[in-house]
Amino acid sequence: MPIPGPLHSRIAPLCTTQEWRDWSGYLCPATYQPSHEVEYFAVRNAAGLIDVSPLYKYELRGPDAGRLADRLLTRDVSKCRVGQVLYSPWCDEDGYVIDDGTLARLGSDHYRLTAADPSLRWLQDVGYGMDVEIEDVSTRLAALALQGPNSRAILESLFSNLSLGQLGYYRLLQTKFKDAPLTVTRTGYTGDLGYELWLPPEHAPALWDRLMDAGRGYGLLPVGLAALDMLRVEAGLLLIEVDYTSSNHAHIPAQKSTPYELGLGWTVAANKADFIGRHSLQALAQPAQQLVGLAVSWPDLEREFGKVGLPPQVAGRASRTPVPLYAGGRHVGQATSLMFSPILKTYIALATLDSQYAQPGSDVEIEITVEYVRGRAGAKVVKPPFYDPPHKKAVQRG
Amino acid sequence: MSRDFDFIVIGGGHNGLTAAAWLAKAGRRVLLLEARQTLGGSAATEELFPGFHFNTAAPDAGLLAPQVAAELGLHKHGLDFVASQAAAFAPLAGGRGLTLWRDAERSAMEIAAFSAADAKAFLPFHRRTRRFAAVLAKMAALQPFALKSNSLRTLAGWARLALSLRALGGRDMMEFLRVLPMGAAHYLNEHFESDALKGLLAYASTVGLMQGPRASGTAFMLLYQQMGADNGAYRSSLLPRGGVGRLSTALAAAAQAHGAELRTGTPVAAILCEDGRAAGVRLASGEEVRAGAVLSSADPRRTFLSLVGGPQLGPRFSRRLRSLKLRGSTASVHLALSGLPEFPAAAGDPSRLDGAIVISPSLDYAEQAYDDAKHGRIARRPVLEARIPSLLDAGLAPQGQHTLSILFRYAPHQLAEGDWDAERERLGDLAVDTLTQHAPNLKSLISDRHTITPLDYERDYGLSGGGEMHGQMGLDQLLLMRPTPGFIGYRSPIDSLYVCGAGAHPGGGVTGLPGLLAARQAAKEGYAKQT
Repeated sequence: MPIPGPLHSRIAPLCTTQEWRDWSGYLCPATYQPSHEVEYFAVRNAAGLIDVSPLYKYELRGPDAGRLADRLLTRDVSKCRVGQVLYSPWCDEDGYVIDDGTLARLGSDHYRLTAADPSLRWLQDVGYGMDVEIEDVSTRLAALALQGPNSRAILESLFSNLSLGQLGYYRLLQTKFKDAPLTVTRTGYTGDLGYELWLPPEHAPALWDRLMDAGRGYGLLPVGLAALDMLRVEAGLLLIEVDYTSSNHAHIPAQKSTPYELGLGWTVAANKADFIGRHSLQALAQPAQQLVGLAVSWPDLEREFGKVGLPPQVAGRASRTPVPLYAGGRHVGQATSLMFSPILKTYIALATLDSQYAQPGSDVEIEITVEYVRGRAGAKVVKPPFYDPPHKKAVQRG
Repeated sequence: MSRDFDFIVIGGGHNGLTAAAWLAKAGRRVLLLEARQTLGGSAATEELFPGFHFNTAAPDAGLLAPQVAAELGLHKHGLDFVASQAAAFAPLAGGRGLTLWRDAERSAMEIAAFSAADAKAFLPFHRRTRRFAAVLAKMAALQPFALKSNSLRTLAGWARLALSLRALGGRDMMEFLRVLPMGAAHYLNEHFESDALKGLLAYASTVGLMQGPRASGTAFMLLYQQMGADNGAYRSSLLPRGGVGRLSTALAAAAQAHGAELRTGTPVAAILCEDGRAAGVRLASGEEVRAGAVLSSADPRRTFLSLVGGPQLGPRFSRRLRSLKLRGSTASVHLALSGLPEFPAAAGDPSRLDGAIVISPSLDYAEQAYDDAKHGRIARRPVLEARIPSLLDAGLAPQGQHTLSILFRYAPHQLAEGDWDAERERLGDLAVDTLTQHAPNLKSLISDRHTITPLDYERDYGLSGGGEMHGQMGLDQLLLMRPTPGFIGYRSPIDSLYVCGAGAHPGGGVTGLPGLLAARQAAKEGYAKQT
């Protein structure tokens, strides 16, 4: 049974729907309000506050902290400067992805890693014999994601001492909140301008209160997981166990994925020091399947639904039910996350396709169900992210 | 890449020496490196006190595979065996004693004094277990098979083994498969009623194991110890003339005769790994020696976690190595004696004392000794195996004097309380006191005493965890699981690095087989022919 997290005293009264989800064993609102779309639009047009404390978090300290991170991740950690954050997957020895997360370099010998799954044992195995202290800080750090175009203004009103305008995308600042250390990273799972705030859980409710107060004039709303799921699909960000299966959880080899198959080939620094999976990945660089974006043809949906006298019926939330894809009558892949994008007014999906169909512009067909009857609609391959506003990465001059 | 040798062999125990001698004989340039000043490792005879030579670890070399001696011509290099008349003598409370002789019929007569039924059951039991041990001996001499990609030759060997298993006949084959995973106590209880006999036989079932005779898989060890028993003995115990170390001396002589270079007092600090393959070693002195391949007879944990280093290993493999059960549980006590101790139970017949003198009067006694160790304590009432090798081989001690070596079971490497440096002499006292109950004049004969604890075996003999088998020989750490899954045919995840010690198939005991089989594998793969 999921348990309350560090912000439960704040989020429980706000969760008027009582619609809760289990995220890594913690109670998390799927929506606070009856319409998740209001929360979604808050992030796209104003600002949203999301409790992301259930993420697993690990701290690596010591002379070999960077060496461990570099051996673990496919990215080249030697290029990560203090104050920088890296997104990276990590692989098993056969080159299949175990998990993905962000690595923040807090000091010359101090890193913090986020993970979707418990990872302490793997970190200990990879770091065995290295001079590094590995600490699971999952319960010792709460995390709040403040996301949306107004997020900078809200944060600036609270922390006038921070030059947030100059803080680049995937960079971090360290400050204090009520004498407790607070890390601000310009990261998020929404594809928008946004920040994640990391601090000891006992101070998290107070920070939540301050942010909610400061956000009053900026349209800030608490945002649940239903909206977050839509935001991340538009941003082209993967979700473990939905868009790919961790090699730790795969029942059969075919369920595993390499970084190349997930469109994460850019993260594989093949020429850096030896890392877990490197040897195997050399032979896997030409994947048979690839993760892509799809835009489903609206005229086709109108046509198919029109046959029974209906307008197109599309998922209001992001659907996690995999749907088969076809080309030339043959099964060529599956859409794993599927949704109608409110801001793009497009029916979009994250999908895994046979490589020969994975080029942007390729045409495939997606299975749809119209009044219990299966049909097909055309879909075009596009390169994620679907939504990529300039303010996501923009830095103010001066 | 410049290369000083074709092969470097780490460790000068009998397996390392066997590998070095075999490779040198095959025409390869071989360097063997031994950290200690003496060769032999756990098959060593050391002059602990002037004039007194002791087998400091393995008490005999009875399991030595005949093909090792034959292929390397060890008899030409001074190897010669002396055989005891008694296989084992068990002095019991009240002055009684049970002797098992090399002659099985004579043993049966001795057993009759304890139980007529057991005497009758002994000969058929003995014949059957010898047949079983013969199958194990064949298995021990085969290259372990892999789950996939076996060579035809490897498979053919195992096919022949399957045939010899079939040749046991339907009933025996079923019995063999039934017995292997059994607890020795259960197996012995099926056949015998006498505590004295069962206790004595059970001693062999836990050699090198941190387990009592009731534990599953100890029947396997009972049979394993019987491999190569050439006559009526319940276990093999041939002793090289001059001590167990003479085997190592003969192996060293054979290696040198074929051109191998042997360096003692030369500890290896690290195995050099370049791009996933072993390229040589770095000595403690800092010197680097390069070779086409490296064979390590050090235990797997030392070889990989210390010499290769954790960061060079894959995480799965490194975890498996850390999970390896070593669990040393044997200490030894070595006594210089001014004369032969008198065992009233031997009734003035010294020939009863020329084999193993075993204190293990019942299955319960042995199990309880283990129970202490299980909880991290030195056995309060220990199981002992004492040998007086100078009885058969007078050269081991000054004229008229004797050497007595006691293997002490159970002495856990990990003590729950206290430490071994503080407990060493207490263990020595306990061993002597226990034996004195059966040989009242023992204490008056002792001129010197040297005790080796499991911690000493780790520090001085290089046995991680004090584990004399380089990994317990439980059913989960045998064959293709030895030392851990992931080793195939003595190869390791590090290219051109082979394991050639007791940690590899078939395992512990002075067989020479891991060294021989690993050397064959390494030579076949032809690293010496590269560049």
